[in-house]
Amino acid sequence: MKQLEKKKFFLNLGAISDYARMSKASDWFIDFFLVLFSLSMVLPLIILISNAFKTPEELLLWPPTLVPENPTLDNIVRVLGETPLLHWIWNSLSFALLSTVSIVTTSAIAGYILGKFRFFGINIIFSVILATAIIPFEVYMIPLYFQVKSLGLLNSLWGLLVGYLVMSFGIFLIRQNVIQYIPDELLEAARIDGAGEFWVFFHVVLPLLRGPLAALGVLAFFQAWTAFAWPLVVSTAKESYTIEVGLALFHTGFTVDLGLLSAASAIVMVPSVTLFVVLRRQFVQGFANTGLKE
Amino acid sequence: MAHRKRLIFAILALTPALLIYGWVRLVPIFETLRLSLHQWNILSKNKPFVGLDNFHELFSDPLFLEALFNTTVIAFGVLLVTIPLSLFLAVLIYNRTKSSFSGFYETSVFLPHVVSLVPAAMAWKWIFDARLGPLNAALSWLGIAPQAWLFDPVLSIICIIVLCSWQTLGYAVLIYLIGLKNLPSTLLEAARLDGASAVQTFWHITVPMLKPITLYVSVVTLVAGFNVYAQAFILASDSQGAPGRQVRTLVHDMLENSFRNYRVGYAASEAVILLIIVLILTLVQFKILREKNKT
Repeated sequence: MKQLEKKKFFLNLGAISDYARMSKASDWFIDFFLVLFSLSMVLPLIILISNAFKTPEELLLWPPTLVPENPTLDNIVRVLGETPLLHWIWNSLSFALLSTVSIVTTSAIAGYILGKFRFFGINIIFSVILATAIIPFEVYMIPLYFQVKSLGLLNSLWGLLVGYLVMSFGIFLIRQNVIQYIPDELLEAARIDGAGEFWVFFHVVLPLLRGPLAALGVLAFFQAWTAFAWPLVVSTAKESYTIEVGLALFHTGFTVDLGLLSAASAIVMVPSVTLFVVLRRQFVQGFANTGLKE
Repeated sequence: MAHRKRLIFAILALTPALLIYGWVRLVPIFETLRLSLHQWNILSKNKPFVGLDNFHELFSDPLFLEALFNTTVIAFGVLLVTIPLSLFLAVLIYNRTKSSFSGFYETSVFLPHVVSLVPAAMAWKWIFDARLGPLNAALSWLGIAPQAWLFDPVLSIICIIVLCSWQTLGYAVLIYLIGLKNLPSTLLEAARLDGASAVQTFWHITVPMLKPITLYVSVVTLVAGFNVYAQAFILASDSQGAPGRQVRTLVHDMLENSFRNYRVGYAASEAVILLIIVLILTLVQFKILREKNKT
Protein backbone atom coordinates (compact mmCIF):
# COMPACT_ATOMS: atom_id res chain seq x y z
CA MET A 1 0.00 0.00 0.00
CA LYS A 2 2.68 2.40 1.07
CA GLN A 3 4.71 1.29 -1.90
CA LEU A 4 1.87 2.19 -4.22
CA GLU A 5 1.44 5.64 -2.69
CA LYS A 6 5.11 6.25 -3.06
CA LYS A 7 5.01 5.14 -6.68
CA LYS A 8 2.07 7.39 -7.38
CA PHE A 9 3.86 10.27 -5.74
CA PHE A 10 6.91 9.82 -7.90
CA LEU A 11 4.79 9.35 -10.96
CA ASN A 12 3.10 12.67 -10.31
CA LEU A 13 6.41 14.31 -9.67
CA GLY A 14 7.68 12.93 -12.93
CA ALA A 15 4.65 14.22 -14.78
CA ILE A 16 5.04 17.67 -13.28
CA SER A 17 8.70 17.96 -14.16
CA ASP A 18 7.94 16.60 -17.61
CA TYR A 19 5.33 19.26 -18.03
CA ALA A 20 7.70 21.91 -16.75
CA ARG A 21 10.43 20.73 -19.06
CA MET A 22 8.06 20.70 -22.00
CA SER A 23 6.72 24.17 -21.34
CA LYS A 24 10.26 25.40 -20.83
CA ALA A 25 11.25 23.98 -24.20
CA SER A 26 8.23 25.54 -25.88
CA ASP A 27 8.95 28.86 -24.17
CA TRP A 28 12.46 28.70 -25.49
CA PHE A 29 11.14 27.90 -28.95
CA ILE A 30 8.64 30.80 -28.84
CA ASP A 31 11.36 33.18 -27.71
CA PHE A 32 13.59 32.01 -30.52
CA PHE A 33 10.84 32.57 -33.08
CA LEU A 34 9.90 35.98 -31.68
CA VAL A 35 13.49 37.20 -31.62
CA LEU A 36 13.90 36.15 -35.25
CA PHE A 37 10.63 37.77 -36.24
CA SER A 38 11.36 41.00 -34.35
CA LEU A 39 14.76 41.23 -36.01
CA SER A 40 13.20 40.76 -39.44
CA MET A 41 10.74 43.56 -38.66
CA VAL A 42 13.55 46.03 -38.02
CA LEU A 43 15.83 44.61 -40.70
CA PRO A 44 14.68 47.03 -43.45
CA LEU A 45 15.50 49.95 -41.18
CA ILE A 46 18.90 48.49 -40.32
CA ILE A 47 19.65 47.95 -44.02
CA LEU A 48 18.72 51.56 -44.74
CA ILE A 49 21.06 52.89 -42.06
CA SER A 50 23.79 50.56 -43.24
CA ASN A 51 23.40 51.80 -46.82
CA ALA A 52 23.93 55.34 -45.61
CA PHE A 53 27.52 54.45 -44.73
CA LYS A 54 28.40 52.57 -47.90
CA THR A 55 30.62 53.80 -50.69
CA PRO A 56 29.01 54.14 -54.15
CA GLU A 57 30.92 51.06 -55.32
CA GLU A 58 29.69 48.97 -52.45
CA LEU A 59 26.08 50.05 -53.05
CA LEU A 60 26.28 48.51 -56.52
CA LEU A 61 27.79 45.31 -55.19
CA TRP A 62 25.81 42.15 -55.80
CA PRO A 63 24.85 40.34 -53.63
CA PRO A 64 24.33 43.31 -51.32
CA THR A 65 26.21 43.50 -48.04
CA LEU A 66 24.55 43.94 -44.67
CA VAL A 67 27.42 45.66 -42.88
CA PRO A 68 29.41 48.26 -44.83
CA GLU A 69 32.92 47.04 -45.60
CA ASN A 70 34.54 50.48 -45.70
CA PRO A 71 32.15 52.68 -43.74
CA THR A 72 32.24 56.27 -44.92
CA LEU A 73 30.65 59.50 -43.73
CA ASP A 74 30.78 60.84 -47.27
CA ASN A 75 27.06 60.42 -48.00
CA ILE A 76 26.02 62.18 -44.83
CA VAL A 77 28.38 65.09 -45.32
CA ARG A 78 27.29 65.49 -48.93
CA VAL A 79 23.56 65.25 -48.29
CA LEU A 80 23.80 67.90 -45.58
CA GLY A 81 25.87 70.15 -47.84
CA GLU A 82 24.09 69.69 -51.15
CA THR A 83 20.41 69.45 -50.22
CA PRO A 84 18.09 71.54 -48.04
CA LEU A 85 17.61 68.51 -45.79
CA LEU A 86 18.02 70.41 -42.53
CA HIS A 87 15.63 73.07 -43.75
CA TRP A 88 13.00 70.40 -44.53
CA ILE A 89 13.52 68.86 -41.11
CA TRP A 90 13.03 72.30 -39.59
CA ASN A 91 9.78 72.74 -41.57
CA SER A 92 8.48 69.38 -40.39
CA LEU A 93 9.53 70.05 -36.83
CA SER A 94 7.81 73.42 -36.60
CA PHE A 95 4.73 72.09 -38.38
CA ALA A 96 4.49 69.11 -36.03
CA LEU A 97 5.10 71.18 -32.90
CA LEU A 98 2.52 73.85 -33.78
CA SER A 99 0.00 71.20 -34.76
CA THR A 100 0.58 69.43 -31.44
CA VAL A 101 0.07 72.64 -29.47
CA SER A 102 -3.12 73.42 -31.37
CA ILE A 103 -4.58 69.92 -31.09
CA VAL A 104 -3.76 69.58 -27.40
CA THR A 105 -5.23 73.02 -26.63
CA THR A 106 -8.44 72.63 -28.60
CA SER A 107 -8.95 69.07 -27.38
CA ALA A 108 -8.39 70.03 -23.73
CA ILE A 109 -10.86 72.92 -23.87
CA ALA A 110 -13.51 71.27 -26.01
CA GLY A 111 -13.16 67.93 -24.23
CA TYR A 112 -13.60 69.56 -20.82
CA ILE A 113 -16.60 71.70 -21.80
CA LEU A 114 -18.30 68.88 -23.70
CA GLY A 115 -17.71 66.53 -20.79
CA LYS A 116 -18.73 68.70 -17.85
CA PHE A 117 -21.19 71.36 -19.00
CA ARG A 118 -24.84 70.85 -19.84
CA PHE A 119 -26.59 73.29 -22.10
CA PHE A 120 -28.84 73.24 -25.08
CA GLY A 121 -27.26 71.73 -28.19
CA ILE A 122 -24.14 70.39 -26.55
CA ASN A 123 -25.01 66.80 -27.33
CA ILE A 124 -25.62 67.68 -30.95
CA ILE A 125 -22.21 69.35 -31.13
CA PHE A 126 -20.59 66.26 -29.70
CA SER A 127 -22.42 63.91 -32.07
CA VAL A 128 -21.31 65.96 -35.05
CA ILE A 129 -17.69 65.83 -33.91
CA LEU A 130 -17.95 62.09 -33.34
CA ALA A 131 -19.52 61.54 -36.76
CA THR A 132 -16.85 63.52 -38.61
CA ALA A 133 -14.15 61.57 -36.78
CA ILE A 134 -14.90 58.63 -39.06
CA ILE A 135 -14.30 60.59 -42.26
CA PRO A 136 -10.74 60.23 -43.55
CA PHE A 137 -8.78 63.40 -44.23
CA GLU A 138 -8.32 62.45 -47.89
CA VAL A 139 -12.06 62.85 -48.46
CA TYR A 140 -12.15 66.61 -47.81
CA MET A 141 -8.55 67.44 -48.62
CA ILE A 142 -9.27 69.06 -51.99
CA PRO A 143 -11.84 71.67 -50.82
CA LEU A 144 -9.58 72.41 -47.86
CA TYR A 145 -6.77 73.08 -50.32
CA PHE A 146 -8.89 75.74 -52.01
CA GLN A 147 -9.71 77.31 -48.64
CA VAL A 148 -5.98 77.55 -47.91
CA LYS A 149 -5.38 78.91 -51.39
CA SER A 150 -8.01 81.64 -51.03
CA LEU A 151 -6.20 82.81 -47.90
CA GLY A 152 -2.96 82.94 -49.86
CA LEU A 153 -1.36 80.44 -47.50
CA LEU A 154 -0.07 77.89 -50.02
CA ASN A 155 3.59 77.02 -49.56
CA SER A 156 3.61 78.26 -46.01
CA LEU A 157 3.77 76.74 -42.59
CA TRP A 158 0.35 78.22 -41.77
CA GLY A 159 -1.19 76.62 -44.82
CA LEU A 160 0.16 73.24 -43.72
CA LEU A 161 -1.14 73.83 -40.25
CA VAL A 162 -4.74 74.44 -41.40
CA GLY A 163 -5.16 70.73 -42.09
CA TYR A 164 -3.87 69.71 -38.67
CA LEU A 165 -5.36 72.25 -36.25
CA VAL A 166 -7.88 69.94 -34.62
CA MET A 167 -8.31 66.21 -34.10
CA SER A 168 -11.83 64.85 -33.61
CA PHE A 169 -10.46 61.84 -31.85
CA GLY A 170 -8.49 64.06 -29.45
CA ILE A 171 -11.64 65.89 -28.37
CA PHE A 172 -13.36 62.55 -27.89
CA LEU A 173 -10.44 61.11 -25.92
CA ILE A 174 -10.20 64.06 -23.53
CA ARG A 175 -13.95 64.13 -23.01
CA GLN A 176 -13.89 60.45 -22.04
CA ASN A 177 -11.10 61.09 -19.56
CA VAL A 178 -12.84 64.15 -18.11
CA ILE A 179 -16.04 62.18 -17.52
CA GLN A 180 -14.19 59.21 -16.09
CA TYR A 181 -11.55 60.77 -13.88
CA ILE A 182 -12.73 64.23 -12.86
CA PRO A 183 -15.56 64.04 -10.32
CA ASP A 184 -18.13 66.84 -10.30
CA GLU A 185 -17.67 67.16 -6.53
CA LEU A 186 -14.07 68.24 -7.02
CA LEU A 187 -15.07 71.05 -9.37
CA GLU A 188 -17.94 72.09 -7.10
CA ALA A 189 -15.65 72.18 -4.08
CA ALA A 190 -13.26 74.49 -5.89
CA ARG A 191 -16.14 76.74 -6.97
CA ILE A 192 -17.54 76.92 -3.44
CA ASP A 193 -14.10 77.96 -2.27
CA GLY A 194 -14.51 80.89 -4.60
CA ALA A 195 -12.44 79.73 -7.56
CA GLY A 196 -13.35 81.19 -10.93
CA GLU A 197 -13.96 79.00 -13.99
CA PHE A 198 -10.56 79.80 -15.48
CA TRP A 199 -8.82 78.93 -12.22
CA VAL A 200 -10.71 75.64 -12.05
CA PHE A 201 -9.71 74.77 -15.60
CA PHE A 202 -6.03 75.61 -15.17
CA HIS A 203 -5.45 74.43 -11.62
CA VAL A 204 -7.86 71.52 -11.19
CA VAL A 205 -8.74 70.10 -14.60
CA LEU A 206 -5.49 70.43 -16.55
CA PRO A 207 -3.22 68.80 -13.93
CA LEU A 208 -5.57 65.83 -13.76
CA LEU A 209 -5.46 65.45 -17.55
CA ARG A 210 -1.67 65.46 -17.78
CA GLY A 211 -1.44 61.77 -18.72
CA PRO A 212 -4.00 61.68 -21.55
CA LEU A 213 -2.84 65.06 -22.85
CA ALA A 214 0.74 63.79 -23.06
CA ALA A 215 -0.39 60.70 -24.94
CA LEU A 216 -2.49 62.84 -27.27
CA GLY A 217 0.46 65.18 -27.80
CA VAL A 218 2.73 62.35 -28.89
CA LEU A 219 0.02 61.07 -31.21
CA ALA A 220 -0.55 64.52 -32.71
CA PHE A 221 3.16 65.14 -33.19
CA PHE A 222 3.68 61.93 -35.10
CA GLN A 223 0.54 62.38 -37.12
CA ALA A 224 1.91 65.69 -38.43
CA TRP A 225 5.51 64.49 -38.67
CA THR A 226 4.51 61.58 -40.92
CA ALA A 227 1.82 63.46 -42.89
CA PHE A 228 2.27 62.98 -46.60
CA ALA A 229 -0.64 63.70 -48.97
CA TRP A 230 -1.56 67.08 -47.45
CA PRO A 231 1.98 68.57 -47.42
CA LEU A 232 2.53 67.20 -50.92
CA VAL A 233 -0.47 69.17 -52.16
CA VAL A 234 -0.03 72.37 -50.16
CA SER A 235 3.74 72.76 -50.43
CA THR A 236 4.94 72.79 -53.98
CA ALA A 237 7.98 75.03 -53.60
CA LYS A 238 11.12 73.26 -52.59
CA GLU A 239 11.78 75.57 -49.64
CA SER A 240 8.43 74.76 -48.08
CA TYR A 241 8.64 70.95 -48.35
CA THR A 242 8.32 68.91 -45.22
CA ILE A 243 10.90 66.22 -44.77
CA GLU A 244 8.56 63.47 -45.97
CA VAL A 245 7.77 65.30 -49.19
CA GLY A 246 11.39 66.35 -49.63
CA LEU A 247 12.56 62.77 -49.45
CA ALA A 248 9.80 61.49 -51.71
CA LEU A 249 10.65 64.04 -54.42
CA PHE A 250 14.35 63.71 -53.84
CA HIS A 251 15.28 63.23 -57.47
CA THR A 252 14.06 66.57 -58.70
CA GLY A 253 17.09 68.76 -59.15
CA PHE A 254 19.52 66.18 -57.87
CA THR A 255 20.55 63.08 -59.68
CA VAL A 256 19.28 59.98 -57.94
CA ASP A 257 21.97 58.75 -55.67
CA LEU A 258 21.04 55.80 -53.53
CA GLY A 259 23.79 56.60 -51.04
CA LEU A 260 22.56 60.17 -50.56
CA LEU A 261 18.98 59.03 -50.34
CA SER A 262 19.84 56.44 -47.70
CA ALA A 263 21.89 58.96 -45.77
CA ALA A 264 19.02 61.45 -45.82
CA SER A 265 16.56 58.77 -44.73
CA ALA A 266 18.86 57.66 -41.93
CA ILE A 267 19.31 61.23 -40.70
CA VAL A 268 15.52 61.56 -40.50
CA MET A 269 14.90 58.18 -38.97
CA VAL A 270 17.51 57.89 -36.26
CA PRO A 271 16.17 60.76 -34.09
CA SER A 272 12.56 59.62 -34.42
CA VAL A 273 13.45 56.03 -33.57
CA THR A 274 15.42 57.22 -30.55
CA LEU A 275 12.50 59.40 -29.49
CA PHE A 276 10.19 56.44 -29.83
CA VAL A 277 12.34 54.17 -27.70
CA VAL A 278 12.58 56.89 -25.02
CA LEU A 279 8.87 57.78 -25.08
CA ARG A 280 7.63 54.26 -25.67
CA ARG A 281 5.11 54.36 -22.84
CA GLN A 282 3.39 57.57 -24.05
CA PHE A 283 3.43 56.24 -27.58
CA VAL A 284 1.85 52.96 -26.74
CA GLN A 285 -0.66 54.77 -24.54
CA GLY A 286 -1.52 57.20 -27.33
CA PHE A 287 -1.96 54.56 -29.98
CA ALA A 288 -3.67 52.18 -27.58
CA ASN A 289 -6.25 54.86 -26.81
CA THR A 290 -7.22 54.98 -30.46
CA GLY A 291 -8.32 51.37 -30.07
CA LEU A 292 -10.82 52.13 -27.34
CA LYS A 293 -13.06 54.18 -29.56
CA GLU A 294 -16.28 52.21 -29.26
CA MET B 1 -26.25 83.80 -11.26
CA ALA B 2 -23.46 81.26 -10.79
CA HIS B 3 -25.12 79.09 -13.37
CA ARG B 4 -25.16 81.93 -15.87
CA LYS B 5 -21.51 82.67 -15.25
CA ARG B 6 -20.67 79.07 -15.99
CA LEU B 7 -22.70 79.13 -19.17
CA ILE B 8 -20.91 82.25 -20.38
CA PHE B 9 -17.54 80.66 -19.61
CA ALA B 10 -18.48 77.50 -21.47
CA ILE B 11 -19.64 79.39 -24.54
CA LEU B 12 -16.62 81.70 -24.54
CA ALA B 13 -14.20 78.80 -24.21
CA LEU B 14 -15.91 76.51 -26.69
CA THR B 15 -16.60 79.01 -29.47
CA PRO B 16 -13.05 79.48 -30.82
CA ALA B 17 -12.43 75.74 -30.85
CA LEU B 18 -15.75 75.12 -32.59
CA LEU B 19 -15.14 77.86 -35.16
CA ILE B 20 -11.78 76.35 -36.08
CA TYR B 21 -13.34 72.93 -36.13
CA GLY B 22 -16.17 74.02 -38.38
CA TRP B 23 -13.85 75.80 -40.75
CA VAL B 24 -11.26 73.05 -41.22
CA ARG B 25 -13.61 70.04 -41.01
CA LEU B 26 -17.30 70.76 -41.57
CA VAL B 27 -16.89 73.31 -44.36
CA PRO B 28 -14.59 71.15 -46.53
CA ILE B 29 -16.68 68.02 -45.91
CA PHE B 30 -19.79 69.90 -46.99
CA GLU B 31 -17.89 71.34 -49.97
CA THR B 32 -16.81 67.86 -51.08
CA LEU B 33 -20.44 66.76 -51.12
CA ARG B 34 -21.53 69.90 -52.95
CA LEU B 35 -18.73 69.91 -55.53
CA SER B 36 -19.34 66.26 -56.36
CA LEU B 37 -22.64 67.33 -57.94
CA HIS B 38 -21.04 70.15 -59.91
CA GLN B 39 -18.72 70.45 -62.81
CA TRP B 40 -15.82 72.70 -62.00
CA ASN B 41 -12.62 73.21 -63.91
CA ILE B 42 -10.30 75.29 -61.76
CA LEU B 43 -9.98 77.88 -64.52
CA SER B 44 -13.65 78.56 -65.18
CA LYS B 45 -15.67 80.85 -62.94
CA ASN B 46 -19.02 79.10 -63.09
CA LYS B 47 -19.65 75.71 -61.64
CA PRO B 48 -22.74 74.29 -63.33
CA PHE B 49 -24.84 71.81 -61.41
CA VAL B 50 -24.66 68.44 -63.16
CA GLY B 51 -26.47 66.17 -60.73
CA LEU B 52 -25.05 62.67 -60.65
CA ASP B 53 -23.28 63.01 -64.00
CA ASN B 54 -19.84 62.82 -62.37
CA PHE B 55 -20.75 59.51 -60.76
CA HIS B 56 -22.11 58.12 -64.02
CA GLU B 57 -18.89 59.06 -65.74
CA LEU B 58 -16.75 57.58 -62.96
CA PHE B 59 -18.17 54.12 -63.46
CA SER B 60 -17.22 54.07 -67.11
CA ASP B 61 -13.81 55.66 -66.51
CA PRO B 62 -11.18 52.90 -66.96
CA LEU B 63 -8.61 54.78 -64.87
CA PHE B 64 -10.99 55.16 -61.95
CA LEU B 65 -12.10 51.54 -62.18
CA GLU B 66 -8.47 50.45 -62.25
CA ALA B 67 -7.78 52.59 -59.18
CA LEU B 68 -10.81 51.24 -57.37
CA PHE B 69 -9.80 47.68 -58.18
CA ASN B 70 -6.17 48.14 -57.10
CA THR B 71 -7.16 49.89 -53.91
CA THR B 72 -9.68 47.19 -52.99
CA VAL B 73 -7.13 44.45 -53.62
CA ILE B 74 -4.54 46.28 -51.52
CA ALA B 75 -6.97 46.95 -48.67
CA PHE B 76 -8.18 43.35 -48.43
CA GLY B 77 -4.69 41.99 -49.06
CA VAL B 78 -3.35 43.94 -46.09
CA LEU B 79 -6.30 42.71 -44.03
CA LEU B 80 -5.64 39.06 -44.91
CA VAL B 81 -1.98 39.35 -43.95
CA THR B 82 -2.39 41.54 -40.88
CA ILE B 83 -5.23 39.96 -38.92
CA PRO B 84 -4.02 36.34 -38.65
CA LEU B 85 -0.37 37.30 -38.27
CA SER B 86 -0.98 39.97 -35.64
CA LEU B 87 -3.29 37.73 -33.60
CA PHE B 88 -0.72 34.94 -33.71
CA LEU B 89 2.12 37.28 -32.71
CA ALA B 90 0.09 38.93 -29.97
CA VAL B 91 -0.74 35.57 -28.38
CA LEU B 92 2.92 34.54 -28.50
CA ILE B 93 4.12 37.87 -27.08
CA TYR B 94 1.41 37.74 -24.41
CA ASN B 95 2.53 34.25 -23.39
CA ARG B 96 6.08 35.48 -23.04
CA THR B 97 5.26 38.65 -21.10
CA LYS B 98 7.67 37.48 -18.40
CA SER B 99 10.48 36.93 -20.89
CA SER B 100 13.34 39.38 -20.61
CA PHE B 101 12.92 40.04 -24.34
CA SER B 102 9.26 41.10 -24.17
CA GLY B 103 10.12 44.81 -24.33
CA PHE B 104 12.26 44.12 -27.37
CA TYR B 105 9.43 42.24 -29.09
CA GLU B 106 6.89 44.98 -28.53
CA THR B 107 9.27 47.74 -29.54
CA SER B 108 10.52 46.17 -32.73
CA VAL B 109 7.11 45.01 -33.93
CA PHE B 110 5.62 48.44 -33.24
CA LEU B 111 8.55 50.46 -34.60
CA PRO B 112 7.53 50.28 -38.30
CA HIS B 113 4.18 51.82 -37.38
CA VAL B 114 5.70 55.01 -35.98
CA VAL B 115 8.78 55.42 -38.13
CA SER B 116 8.52 58.06 -40.86
CA LEU B 117 6.75 56.54 -43.79
CA VAL B 118 8.83 57.78 -46.67
CA PRO B 119 12.27 56.68 -45.39
CA ALA B 120 10.82 53.28 -44.51
CA ALA B 121 9.29 52.95 -47.96
CA MET B 122 12.69 53.87 -49.43
CA ALA B 123 14.24 50.96 -47.60
CA TRP B 124 11.65 48.62 -49.04
CA LYS B 125 12.09 50.04 -52.51
CA TRP B 126 15.72 49.08 -52.35
CA ILE B 127 14.89 45.63 -50.94
CA PHE B 128 12.55 45.03 -53.89
CA ASP B 129 14.99 46.46 -56.42
CA ALA B 130 15.36 43.96 -59.24
CA ARG B 131 19.04 44.58 -59.91
CA LEU B 132 20.53 45.44 -56.53
CA GLY B 133 17.97 44.38 -53.99
CA PRO B 134 18.59 41.85 -51.24
CA LEU B 135 15.29 40.11 -51.96
CA ASN B 136 16.40 38.87 -55.35
CA ALA B 137 19.80 38.06 -53.88
CA ALA B 138 18.15 35.90 -51.24
CA LEU B 139 15.93 34.26 -53.86
CA SER B 140 18.82 33.41 -56.13
CA TRP B 141 20.52 31.85 -53.13
CA LEU B 142 17.48 29.58 -52.88
CA GLY B 143 17.68 28.89 -56.57
CA ILE B 144 14.74 31.06 -57.60
CA ALA B 145 15.11 33.32 -60.61
CA PRO B 146 15.16 37.07 -59.85
CA GLN B 147 11.82 38.83 -60.27
CA ALA B 148 11.06 42.34 -61.49
CA TRP B 149 9.16 43.10 -58.29
CA LEU B 150 8.20 46.69 -58.96
CA PHE B 151 7.46 46.30 -62.67
CA ASP B 152 5.25 43.28 -62.82
CA PRO B 153 1.57 44.30 -62.52
CA VAL B 154 0.77 41.60 -59.97
CA LEU B 155 4.05 41.66 -58.06
CA SER B 156 4.03 45.44 -57.66
CA ILE B 157 0.67 45.26 -55.90
CA ILE B 158 2.00 42.47 -53.69
CA CYS B 159 4.98 44.70 -52.83
CA ILE B 160 2.61 47.46 -51.71
CA ILE B 161 0.63 44.97 -49.63
CA VAL B 162 3.84 43.78 -47.97
CA LEU B 163 4.92 47.35 -47.17
CA CYS B 164 1.48 48.32 -45.79
CA SER B 165 1.21 45.14 -43.73
CA TRP B 166 4.67 45.70 -42.28
CA GLN B 167 3.47 49.11 -41.10
CA THR B 168 0.03 48.07 -39.83
CA LEU B 169 1.13 44.93 -38.05
CA GLY B 170 2.51 46.68 -34.96
CA TYR B 171 -0.69 48.61 -34.36
CA ALA B 172 -2.82 45.47 -34.68
CA VAL B 173 -0.53 43.56 -32.31
CA LEU B 174 -0.77 46.39 -29.80
CA ILE B 175 -4.57 46.41 -29.85
CA TYR B 176 -4.71 42.61 -29.61
CA LEU B 177 -2.32 42.68 -26.64
CA ILE B 178 -4.65 45.07 -24.83
CA GLY B 179 -7.55 42.74 -25.63
CA LEU B 180 -5.63 39.74 -24.32
CA LYS B 181 -4.75 41.55 -21.09
CA ASN B 182 -8.45 42.32 -20.57
CA LEU B 183 -9.61 38.73 -21.06
CA PRO B 184 -10.98 37.25 -17.83
CA SER B 185 -8.14 35.02 -16.61
CA THR B 186 -10.62 32.73 -14.78
CA LEU B 187 -11.96 31.55 -18.11
CA LEU B 188 -8.54 30.58 -19.42
CA GLU B 189 -7.71 28.91 -16.12
CA ALA B 190 -10.96 26.93 -16.19
CA ALA B 191 -10.17 25.74 -19.69
CA ARG B 192 -6.73 24.63 -18.59
CA LEU B 193 -8.11 22.76 -15.58
CA ASP B 194 -10.57 20.98 -17.85
CA GLY B 195 -7.60 19.73 -19.78
CA ALA B 196 -7.83 21.91 -22.87
CA SER B 197 -4.56 22.18 -24.77
CA ALA B 198 -3.04 25.52 -25.63
CA VAL B 199 -4.23 25.18 -29.22
CA GLN B 200 -7.79 24.31 -28.13
CA THR B 201 -7.88 27.25 -25.72
CA PHE B 202 -6.70 29.53 -28.48
CA TRP B 203 -9.36 28.44 -30.99
CA HIS B 204 -12.32 27.97 -28.66
CA ILE B 205 -11.80 30.73 -26.11
CA THR B 206 -9.25 33.35 -27.15
CA VAL B 207 -10.39 33.82 -30.74
CA PRO B 208 -14.15 34.09 -30.00
CA MET B 209 -13.55 36.37 -27.00
CA LEU B 210 -11.40 38.69 -29.12
CA LYS B 211 -14.01 38.98 -31.87
CA PRO B 212 -14.92 42.64 -31.19
CA ILE B 213 -11.23 43.54 -31.30
CA THR B 214 -10.74 41.62 -34.53
CA LEU B 215 -13.68 43.51 -35.97
CA TYR B 216 -12.28 46.87 -34.89
CA VAL B 217 -8.77 46.16 -36.19
CA SER B 218 -10.24 44.89 -39.47
CA VAL B 219 -12.21 48.07 -40.05
CA VAL B 220 -9.26 50.31 -39.17
CA THR B 221 -7.01 48.30 -41.48
CA LEU B 222 -9.49 48.40 -44.35
CA VAL B 223 -10.13 52.14 -43.99
CA ALA B 224 -6.38 52.81 -43.94
CA GLY B 225 -6.01 50.48 -46.92
CA PHE B 226 -8.58 52.36 -48.97
CA ASN B 227 -6.64 55.57 -48.26
CA VAL B 228 -3.34 54.12 -49.41
CA TYR B 229 -1.28 56.71 -51.23
CA ALA B 230 2.24 57.40 -50.01
CA GLN B 231 3.26 53.74 -50.17
CA ALA B 232 2.20 53.46 -53.80
CA PHE B 233 3.68 56.86 -54.54
CA ILE B 234 7.12 55.73 -53.38
CA LEU B 235 7.17 52.11 -54.48
CA ALA B 236 5.25 52.25 -57.70
CA SER B 237 5.69 55.53 -59.44
CA ASP B 238 8.50 57.12 -61.35
CA SER B 239 9.71 59.25 -58.45
CA GLN B 240 13.34 58.78 -57.41
CA GLY B 241 14.12 58.47 -61.08
CA ALA B 242 14.00 54.71 -60.87
CA PRO B 243 11.04 53.91 -63.06
CA GLY B 244 8.46 51.57 -61.64
CA ARG B 245 5.14 50.46 -62.90
CA GLN B 246 2.51 52.85 -61.72
CA VAL B 247 -0.02 51.36 -59.35
CA ARG B 248 -2.99 53.68 -59.47
CA THR B 249 -4.87 54.06 -56.19
CA LEU B 250 -8.06 55.97 -55.36
CA VAL B 251 -6.35 58.90 -53.64
CA HIS B 252 -3.80 59.06 -56.42
CA ASP B 253 -6.49 59.16 -59.10
CA MET B 254 -8.43 61.77 -57.14
CA LEU B 255 -5.46 64.09 -56.74
CA GLU B 256 -4.52 63.65 -60.38
CA ASN B 257 -8.00 64.56 -61.56
CA SER B 258 -8.03 67.59 -59.34
CA PHE B 259 -4.54 69.01 -59.76
CA ARG B 260 -3.37 67.69 -63.10
CA ASN B 261 -6.61 67.53 -65.06
CA TYR B 262 -8.21 70.44 -63.18
CA ARG B 263 -11.49 68.55 -62.80
CA VAL B 264 -12.28 69.40 -59.20
CA GLY B 265 -15.95 68.41 -59.25
CA TYR B 266 -15.05 65.05 -60.74
CA ALA B 267 -12.34 64.53 -58.12
CA ALA B 268 -14.82 65.46 -55.39
CA SER B 269 -17.18 62.74 -56.57
CA GLU B 270 -14.29 60.28 -56.24
CA ALA B 271 -13.84 61.52 -52.68
CA VAL B 272 -17.54 60.87 -52.08
CA ILE B 273 -17.08 57.28 -53.29
CA LEU B 274 -14.22 56.92 -50.81
CA LEU B 275 -16.47 58.35 -48.11
CA ILE B 276 -19.26 55.90 -48.96
CA ILE B 277 -16.85 52.96 -48.76
CA VAL B 278 -15.64 54.10 -45.34
CA LEU B 279 -19.20 54.63 -44.10
CA ILE B 280 -20.26 51.17 -45.26
CA LEU B 281 -17.31 49.58 -43.47
CA THR B 282 -18.10 51.48 -40.27
CA LEU B 283 -21.80 50.62 -40.44
CA VAL B 284 -21.00 46.94 -40.94
CA GLN B 285 -18.80 47.08 -37.86
CA PHE B 286 -21.54 48.66 -35.73
CA LYS B 287 -24.14 46.27 -37.03
CA ILE B 288 -22.12 43.16 -36.23
CA LEU B 289 -21.28 44.53 -32.78
CA ARG B 290 -24.92 45.27 -32.04
CA GLU B 291 -26.05 41.82 -33.14
CA LYS B 292 -23.41 40.34 -30.90
CA ASN B 293 -24.64 42.33 -27.92
CA LYS B 294 -28.21 41.19 -28.53
CA THR B 295 -27.44 37.49 -28.40
